[in-house]
Amino acid sequence: MKKLFPIFGLLTAVLLSFALYEALVVAPTEQTMGNVQRIFYYHVPSAWTAFLLFFINFVCSIQYLVRRNPAADKVANWTVILIAIATCIAAFVVRPLAEGMEPSSIATTGIIIAGLYFLIKKYFSVERTDALAVVSAEVGVVFCTVVLVTGPLWARPVWGIWWTWDVRLTSTLVLWLIYISYLMLRRFSTSGQTPVLAAALAVFGALDVPLVYFSIWIFRTQHPQPVIGGGGSIDPKMLQVLLINWLAFLAFAALVCWSRYRLEILQRKVEETQALQALEEPGGSR
Amino acid sequence: MSESSNVASRVPSGVTGATLAKDLRLEWRSKDAINSMLFFSLLVVVVFSFSFDPNAEESRQIAGGLVWVAFLFAAVVALNQTWARELRNQVLDAYRVSPAPANSLFLAKALGNFIFVAVLEILMTPLFIMFYKLRALGPAWQLIPVAALGTWALVVNGTFFAAMSLRTRSREIMLPLLLFPVSIPALLAMVNATTAILTGELSARFWIVLLTTYDVVFTVACLLLFELVLNAE
Repeated sequence: MKKLFPIFGLLTAVLLSFALYEALVVAPTEQTMGNVQRIFYYHVPSAWTAFLLFFINFVCSIQYLVRRNPAADKVANWTVILIAIATCIAAFVVRPLAEGMEPSSIATTGIIIAGLYFLIKKYFSVERTDALAVVSAEVGVVFCTVVLVTGPLWARPVWGIWWTWDVRLTSTLVLWLIYISYLMLRRFSTSGQTPVLAAALAVFGALDVPLVYFSIWIFRTQHPQPVIGGGGSIDPKMLQVLLINWLAFLAFAALVCWSRYRLEILQRKVEETQALQALEEPGGSR
Repeated sequence: MSESSNVASRVPSGVTGATLAKDLRLEWRSKDAINSMLFFSLLVVVVFSFSFDPNAEESRQIAGGLVWVAFLFAAVVALNQTWARELRNQVLDAYRVSPAPANSLFLAKALGNFIFVAVLEILMTPLFIMFYKLRALGPAWQLIPVAALGTWALVVNGTFFAAMSLRTRSREIMLPLLLFPVSIPALLAMVNATTAILTGELSARFWIVLLTTYDVVFTVACLLLFELVLNAE
């Protein structure tokens, strides 16, 4: 695995530069917005990556809490399977669907979510899910910050304002705040059981997100504000560039997560060894 | 670590009543929490009155937000001392080793805080009405369920996060940092319901339903996770 790291790093660098070229040169210029629109190729992939990372954090936190207790673990497994099945059934039964949603894509999302849960479960031990949770939260906050910075940069020339309390902007900001508080708890905690506290907070945050989105959605639709056009059509070439950029950003996120994960594991090993040494030392402080 | 996490530990018992009675008696004799909360929210009322014209007709539009922000900040004062009080003489460690279910302790603390904040609200409401010339144009009785649900929303999460921040450096600052982001939907619902009732322009029903959902979701989450947090030393 270690040998693969530089190869993967090189690959990511190539992919990122190709994506940059595609976004700045190849992608057609937008008719009304002009070149400002090109920020879209960084803004949207960063947002998708950040949400994915936060979701991984949620999955890891759940697993960290449940997997110490075999009964709870079983319940969680079946809940995930049931959610996947229910999503698949609902996708083909519930009508009408929101505009731009395909039944097959909803069903695929359900299956991917369950797949992600069991993949993490298979390849990460309980202690390592916590390491993965830290890493995904940290990198997720970075990508979320990119989203919150590039958004206003685009909004200023296009909408004429830096910020609006629209539902998507506000929910992303709240999500960012929740994960900042998560990282602060980890930083300030003096408990030996920080992972448990942090995982509990992550579950609270994840429960909060749908409520935040829903409440702000109602709140803002009662008082109309400038809103980004929902759905809408996109030039096929632009979509292609967007997807290439997303791939590059995903690879970059994976690279950063990987190296941060190795660091985290190493750090824990060092701490463990130091604790053991302190115990073995005759007349040590503990 | 959580050997006793069976069904029996999830239901309340006589411990709830005993702890609640003890906390109420302590508060009745010391009046620490209620005095500092009262003074704090009084300060908020006065300070806010300088930042906008409290006599204007528009003050009705912002009064809902003002009332709840004052109560939220004041509640943090009570929440912060919930568990700190139990650290003295290792009371919390005694709770941990005792066979008493963790959740009955949690419920006692949450109910105690609910009572403190409710008393504060009852005492402060006449002042708010006086100072800001408030008069509900909508159905005023709806303010009671909004206040009850909203207070519970703040207090249940606040008690939980206070237990969490017990094990952090500078815990007094940590509590609002954890509590405020998660409380945003509840705060939004409380403020909008109150504003809707005061102005009488819109129905508060949706916000009451949202508050109820929030309360149910987070009460269940707190009861499921509290034992882990209590035992995390």
